[in-house]
Amino acid sequence: MTPLIEIRKSVLVSIWFMFLTFPIMVIRVNTVENVVEWRWHNMIAIGAGSFLLSFVWRYMIRRKEQGIRRQREGAGPRLSIFQRIGQERRIFLPALTLLAVAVVVFPFLVSMYQVNIMTTAFMYIMLGLGLNIVVGVAGLLDLGYVAFYAVGAYTYALLNHHFGLNFWVCLPIGAALGAGFGILLGFPVLRLRGDYLAIVTLGFGEIIRLVLENWNEFSFGPSGISNIPRPGLFGVAFSLEAHARYIYFIVVALAVFTIFMVNRLQNSRIGRAWLALREDEIACQAMGVDKTRTKLTAFALGATWAGLAGVIFAAKTTFINPASFTIWESINILCIVVLGGMGSITGVVLGALVLVLLPEYLRAFAEYRILTFGVVLVLMMVFRPGGIVSNVRRTYQFEGPDSGDK
Amino acid sequence: MLQIDDIKTYYGNIQALKGISIEIGAGEIICLIGANGAGKSTALMSICGVVPPRTGRIVFEGREIQDLPTNRIVALGIVQVPEGRRIFPYLTVAENLDMGAFLRKDKAAIDQDLDYIYDLFPILAKRRHQAGGTLSGGEQQMLAISRALMARPRLLLLDEPSLGLAPLVVKQIFEIITKINQENNTTIFLVEQNANMALQVAHRGYVMETGRITLTDTAANLLVNEDVKKAYLGI
Repeated sequence: MTPLIEIRKSVLVSIWFMFLTFPIMVIRVNTVENVVEWRWHNMIAIGAGSFLLSFVWRYMIRRKEQGIRRQREGAGPRLSIFQRIGQERRIFLPALTLLAVAVVVFPFLVSMYQVNIMTTAFMYIMLGLGLNIVVGVAGLLDLGYVAFYAVGAYTYALLNHHFGLNFWVCLPIGAALGAGFGILLGFPVLRLRGDYLAIVTLGFGEIIRLVLENWNEFSFGPSGISNIPRPGLFGVAFSLEAHARYIYFIVVALAVFTIFMVNRLQNSRIGRAWLALREDEIACQAMGVDKTRTKLTAFALGATWAGLAGVIFAAKTTFINPASFTIWESINILCIVVLGGMGSITGVVLGALVLVLLPEYLRAFAEYRILTFGVVLVLMMVFRPGGIVSNVRRTYQFEGPDSGDK
Repeated sequence: MLQIDDIKTYYGNIQALKGISIEIGAGEIICLIGANGAGKSTALMSICGVVPPRTGRIVFEGREIQDLPTNRIVALGIVQVPEGRRIFPYLTVAENLDMGAFLRKDKAAIDQDLDYIYDLFPILAKRRHQAGGTLSGGEQQMLAISRALMARPRLLLLDEPSLGLAPLVVKQIFEIITKINQENNTTIFLVEQNANMALQVAHRGYVMETGRITLTDTAANLLVNEDVKKAYLGI
């Protein structure tokens, strides 16, 4: 690994990139004057840029591999800062209090725009945690998760439209229907794993969306349902701004409830069964785990949170149509889980914040926003494949030869 | 304790078991030997309901179990150590053992059994916080057996416990199998290619060939049987 070889590799990379981007970055056909412009300066910029980037890239990869090697040689995996905070009670409690205060005073300090973004972020925390049960804990790749979100949203919108039921009544109904549809999806996919499962769930998500789009008599088709009332509070009249804050607090409360419940679930008997199911189905059966029931509860309990979030979504935007529930929404939620760290609650919470807030605050990059976002995702997956908080559930400590016995 | 009565098991259209009958008495070690593809593992899978037989009866302590789902069969006390060990690689040793006791709720007795296991395999106690996948092959086999023991089986089904292990480790594993049988009076049904080892620890043996039982006798007799010697013992 002499620098000379490194430089040669980078030169090759930059030549390759200059060649690749030549047609779009260098040649431009000016249709007004009917001439071809040759923008050679672009080529130089790309050459220099890719040379530098490839250099940095390989340097980072090497550093990462050295880190892994160091870990193998001893010392054990380094704890992330979040795990350290979680373990130290002295830091953990004040940090939690501080966080709680910040969350409570936040909507009174900033503009309505910011409050709305934060509300969305908290909604995605719920969605991410729900999907985390299915994908992160039970290991069932679900690409149609948005279907349950749609079920929740349409539950509230339709029940309100036809029967005038209010938000608080629809909230548990939405959750229950979400769970019901989770079981409905669960049955046909019980025997499937991996890629096959992913494709079927993807199809399921699309079916729900297409039904909503085309069954005009039932769902009002692509034009959607408008004038969905916001959640009320014993008939108190809210200003628009106060309402945004009110919804914010509802979502925060539900997100905290979700975190609490999901945490309890993960550490329960059924949570252990999910974990075991993810690792080895046959061994799991050999231990007496009911495979059918375990998978179905994973789908049902995962979908419950999407149903809840859907009801809130309908109430928050006051208008829903099938366009809000495309496959990209599913992918986005899946990104939250993977980016945050599969199976880790802290990770999913951070992942949701990053994935919702980052695109918003990247608006400064204007048209490069999504590109930047994509680059961030790629870099994350290369350098931290386990997610922001990779889920080291137990920390191994080597205690010396004797201390092992009881 | 367990009577298998003329079961026929299929994988799709392919018949793997062409009607086999096996009888296992309480406290016995029974081994089933045979060549590759004879249907040994299928027989075991049929007992525990992973691949249920299409016809025939399996009676466990007077109860027909051939139509029960696997988890119910495990609850009755028939626990298998699957072929290739199949421990949970990302769960720690302690968590693996914990999964073994999945159907039990008697916390105190579970802790007691855990101590027993750590006595039986001190190496597992030493590695209890290590991920299962980081253990060596022999340790993984010990873990797989221990995990099954945590379910307090009355009938323990072992599928190829010697698979891919060094001769010395195989010997150790078989010593443990005998010990489990003697100390806890656990009935053991052993499926094994290593016929020599299996017949040395077993009381009785069955020999299988292409889906049928061709020979059954006491293990001592099988060890000196000319046909068995030629076909499976390589003497």
